[in-house]
Amino acid sequence: MPLLDVRELSVVFQRKGTKPFTAVDRVSFAVEPGETVGLVGESGCGKSVTSLAIMGLLPRRGNKVTGEVRFEDTDLLKLRPQDLRDRRGRDIGMIFQDPLSSLNPVIPLGLQVAEVLERHQGKTRQAALREARGLLDAVGIPDPARRLKEFPHQLSGGMRQRALIAIALACKPRLLIADEPTTALDVTVQAQILALLKELVDQSGTALVMITHDLGVVAGLCDTVNVLYAGRVVERAGRHALFGDPRHPYTHGLLQSVPRLDADRGGRLHQIRGSVNDNIPWSEGCAFAPRCDRVVDDCIGETVPLEPTSRGGALRCTNPVPQEVPA
Amino acid sequence: MSELASESVGSGAGMSHALVEIDDLKVHFPIKSGVLLNRTIGYVYAVDGVSLKIRRGETYGLVGESGCGKSTLGRGLLRLIEPTSGGITFDGTDVRALEGEQMRRFRRRIQMVFQDPLASLDPRQSVESLLVEGLKAHGLDRDKAAARQRLRSTLDSVGLPASALNKYPHEFSGGQRQRIGIARALVLGPELIVADEPVSALDVSIQAQVVNLLGDLQESLGLTYLVIAHDLAVVRHISDTIGVMYLGSLVEEADADRLYERPLHPYTRALLSAVPIPDPWVEDSRERILLTGDLPSPADPPSGCRFRTRCPWSQNRCAEDRPELRVFDDSGQRVACHFAEEILSGELLTAG
Repeated sequence: MPLLDVRELSVVFQRKGTKPFTAVDRVSFAVEPGETVGLVGESGCGKSVTSLAIMGLLPRRGNKVTGEVRFEDTDLLKLRPQDLRDRRGRDIGMIFQDPLSSLNPVIPLGLQVAEVLERHQGKTRQAALREARGLLDAVGIPDPARRLKEFPHQLSGGMRQRALIAIALACKPRLLIADEPTTALDVTVQAQILALLKELVDQSGTALVMITHDLGVVAGLCDTVNVLYAGRVVERAGRHALFGDPRHPYTHGLLQSVPRLDADRGGRLHQIRGSVNDNIPWSEGCAFAPRCDRVVDDCIGETVPLEPTSRGGALRCTNPVPQEVPA
Repeated sequence: MSELASESVGSGAGMSHALVEIDDLKVHFPIKSGVLLNRTIGYVYAVDGVSLKIRRGETYGLVGESGCGKSTLGRGLLRLIEPTSGGITFDGTDVRALEGEQMRRFRRRIQMVFQDPLASLDPRQSVESLLVEGLKAHGLDRDKAAARQRLRSTLDSVGLPASALNKYPHEFSGGQRQRIGIARALVLGPELIVADEPVSALDVSIQAQVVNLLGDLQESLGLTYLVIAHDLAVVRHISDTIGVMYLGSLVEEADADRLYERPLHPYTRALLSAVPIPDPWVEDSRERILLTGDLPSPADPPSGCRFRTRCPWSQNRCAEDRPELRVFDDSGQRVACHFAEEILSGELLTAG
């Protein structure tokens, strides 16, 4: 049984006097215990809103969340707010993109880590602080005893992100959701943080949902990858299948449009024409159709269903990129 | 244009002629303390002695992590930030000697493209007014019909319709806004464009469009670029020569292919090994050089080699002696490391 089973999750934003906007449109995916699942897409594809909806962190007003988010046996969307608070931070940890805005600037770091332990495990302040020191040490923060008394602004970006990971992992959650955890960091620091995440996940058996726009990050980390476009999953596959043999024209185009450090240089990059503004609604066909190179008549008119593929993934396309025949 | 300019064009050997020469450029920012007395208590050594040449028609890529001084160098080149010392020669003209009106007129030849198009375009000006501003400043708008024609052809060259002229920045998507930013730089017909992180705010699919556009424009207009970016893969794709900066100084310089095939400086090696590659097979088999710790403060840089505090190959000599950027071999690759040869040959192994 999957640890997390997201079924038909939709998030519709609506304000008085404006047209409702469907940010997440019947997204389904599952995470097995210990598995690393990637949600990949460009800005506006709904990947962050998905994670916020799973955690119940969307603002109470102005949006409608439907579907199911089953974590083991409970539907997180049906929990009362106080019950959800009990699970958040204990069963599910979360790491956000910008560590400076997710840490409280006026509270010393030690208390911010200890808070989680006090709240969820009923530890005393002293015991919690002692454990916090061990946690900071585990995520590779040098001189943790001193750092406990420091404030977030005294730490570097990489160190802050490590602290955030320590907080997220304090209660040994079974699921960790990381929303662009390395986007705000430099490449050498990114490499450190990714190595740390990989090590922690391997050691503790925590399942990880990795949300990112960076295909390179996904390639090295995720077991299964979901590619999102305009609020829907358009392709799902194991990472080797996805990168070796992308079937959806969007995935294919994305992979071809990133310059690779190890490929031959020069020449023009493949480009996907137009921008996200050119989409058509999913109800009128494939949202990607206006930008797609492989568009055929069938792409427009009816919603294109997400269908399972022979390699265990799923694909939402009427005219997929032909499968490469192994030579 | 001055006599100097025409003279140097005549004597230059086509493409290899240096358009820009930066000589031991330093930009130090004072750290002030106190309300009334405002004493200077130290300096941030943002750019600390960088020398480089950019040939006419080439793309020079400047890479490095945040805080390494790459943007300050770009701005120092345009004197948007006044350099503390050092020389800048542009096409034979001593840029630092120019004053007032001369400098203002000179700026027409070097234009800048910024990272965030939404922040660098005034939201209350239409595209036409944004583009005309530069023409006005340089007295090129007197013939209204010609000016309008110029705007149209510039917009056309960046792939925007003439109808864009009456719109405002918020009406465009991120990629289109960056095109407006590029058009604004192009409208004056500059020779050098300094592009500071031109694609890092853009989505992958849009990034490719802008990278291709920059390439096309270079080909059709014969532009020279200084591209400042942190994304090594993008920089390597568009650059002819790449300079790697660390904590205010240039640690390595080579042509783009060579830098990737044979990185000499330990920092370049670490940087290259840290860039994720969208290929699971490559990622599974790669060896990473993981650097420990963080970038030291540019206000209090380490003695000797700036990189020694994080360098896996660091030796005693590195703390005492600051390595100069030296020519490594006939290829023209330059590196600032005492032990580049020993690290390359494998004689010197990492401490860990």
